[in-house]
Amino acid sequence: MAEKRKKKLGIKQRYSMLTRGLGWDTTYQDMDKVFPYDNYEGIIIHDWEGWEDPFRLTMDAYWKFQSEKEKKLYAVIDSFAQNNGHLGITDARYVNALKLFLTGVSPLEYQAARGFTHVGRHFRGVGPRVACQMQAIDELRHVQTQIHSMSHYNKYFDGLHSAPHMHDRVWYLSVPKSFFDDARTAGPFEFLTSISFAFEYVLTNLLFVPFMSGAAFNGDMATVTFGFSAQSDEARHMTLGLEVIKFMLEQDERNIPIVQRWMDKWFWRGTRMLALVAMMMDYMLPKRVMSWREAWDIYFTEAGGALFADLARYGIKPPKYADIATKEAEHISHQAWHIFYNYTHAAAFHTWVPEKDELDWLSEKYPNTFDKYYRPRLEYLDKEEKAGRRFYNDTLPMLCQVCQIPMGFTDMDDPTTISFEVSEYKDDKYHTCSLGCKDIFDYEPAKYVQAWLPVHQIYQGNCGGAEIPDVLKWYNFNLGADNMEYNGSPDQKLWDEWQAHRKKA
Amino acid sequence: MSVASIGKYEFEPLDKVENFHGNQLTYLNWEQHLLFCAPVCLPLPPEMPFGAFMKEVLPGVYSKHPDFKEINWDEVTWTLDGDDFTPNMAASLADNGFGHKSLLRFWTPGLDGIEGSHS
Repeated sequence: MAEKRKKKLGIKQRYSMLTRGLGWDTTYQDMDKVFPYDNYEGIIIHDWEGWEDPFRLTMDAYWKFQSEKEKKLYAVIDSFAQNNGHLGITDARYVNALKLFLTGVSPLEYQAARGFTHVGRHFRGVGPRVACQMQAIDELRHVQTQIHSMSHYNKYFDGLHSAPHMHDRVWYLSVPKSFFDDARTAGPFEFLTSISFAFEYVLTNLLFVPFMSGAAFNGDMATVTFGFSAQSDEARHMTLGLEVIKFMLEQDERNIPIVQRWMDKWFWRGTRMLALVAMMMDYMLPKRVMSWREAWDIYFTEAGGALFADLARYGIKPPKYADIATKEAEHISHQAWHIFYNYTHAAAFHTWVPEKDELDWLSEKYPNTFDKYYRPRLEYLDKEEKAGRRFYNDTLPMLCQVCQIPMGFTDMDDPTTISFEVSEYKDDKYHTCSLGCKDIFDYEPAKYVQAWLPVHQIYQGNCGGAEIPDVLKWYNFNLGADNMEYNGSPDQKLWDEWQAHRKKA
Repeated sequence: MSVASIGKYEFEPLDKVENFHGNQLTYLNWEQHLLFCAPVCLPLPPEMPFGAFMKEVLPGVYSKHPDFKEINWDEVTWTLDGDDFTPNMAASLADNGFGHKSLLRFWTPGLDGIEGSHS
């Protein structure tokens, strides 16, 4: 007798078996004990099955798809190295954008892998759990592929040698680090709102697109290829971000004010971190893509506007202080670059005054502000540098208790005056750089009094010694190579030699 | 609001004054002179006289600026933690009202920075 063969599963059935079908309700232990983290934040979920999976991706398909992509990526990375791809970039100044990315952003991919692994364990609903687990693997792949894409530059350029070590110690890297520490120490729903929604959905185009198109414009094929390879993952991450918001909002109307507060908080924290990207776009790319102002108008004002119009039906408003952030788009790149120009002797990348045609470009892109507030200062700094008196700020800066950026941002209606905010908590003062950061502090002061502020840690004696060179050694800097002005740096000398050889040939 | 948490949430602040080896932190800002990108942070003994702070500390922070030697100190206006402030040169920082993490700002009338750009 012929055995009746079972039919192959349909896609939908197969998806259901390989995701939802893998979960079960525990009986020996109470579910609340097995999943202790998914309800203490106040988010009320009535039906975990209400979670929609727009991608319907199963793990077996995931591996197949990713390995194909990575085969292609590594072929490009190999050929980039074999063909001395670094000689094809526009200018060695460009590599400083990579230094910032590798020390500031790539370690965040690893932090994201840790965060998604954690929340991927702690949701009792199988749908979000599977989505988070896949994203955790994505993030782990991204940190690896980013390191591999950029490692070629480490053979020739300074400042790329100790990214994870620096990320945990260096003053400006505490800005992205503390952002993720804040997210990872929140509950699982706030983590997803911060990373999946505010960061991956609302702001990712302002981080990823500038870096990747910056790479494309400046001849860095290795990094561009990484960008393409990560694109399909990023699309999935964005979808998760929007899905988690809609899921929370649809489950119970008591979730709305909690979600709104998280959006306000993480939008603001995100824009603060993007100050680093803003200065990268306006100052660090020898061949510029677009100005920060233009990027903000396209990716936040237009795209974000459409998104929040869509969320209005749930009772969600655009993030608080979005109007201030939009005003900041006119100033923030100049102010952030000036902070790094002041303290380049303590940074693992170089800064410089833009060349004349680059200053003209900035004047053209920022007609109402650049000539008035920023150009005279840059021209003065240029004159000083050429006269052998390169300006450095010799005193450590005051930092914001929340975003941890030196307090270099001004009142946006008065761009010549620093913006100061202060809160009192248990007889101590806590200073913040903006109303956005002050609100965040005031809502959870017990969290932010624990901030590891690099300047205060140096003064407490926890960073390698009392003198700045001791601190920089503790950072693992090669003094005189990783830090200081670009003009006269070993990077510049090597680049100029290559260009001279090329002319001869 | 208290932090939503799974248990008791109470931790020591990292920047208590006891952690600074007898110093307290003072923040200082020269207004309308943004060549210095941000206010600075200084660990200072609370018993330091304000006069010594003026003579020994402040020039080390700001004397690189071409406006610095032009300052007429009699015309300078100050605020300490947001309130108008008239320093007593002979008294200590503590007796002048400086606490841990106090913010001292000063304005130098008539001086408006590099090319009038407030830098």
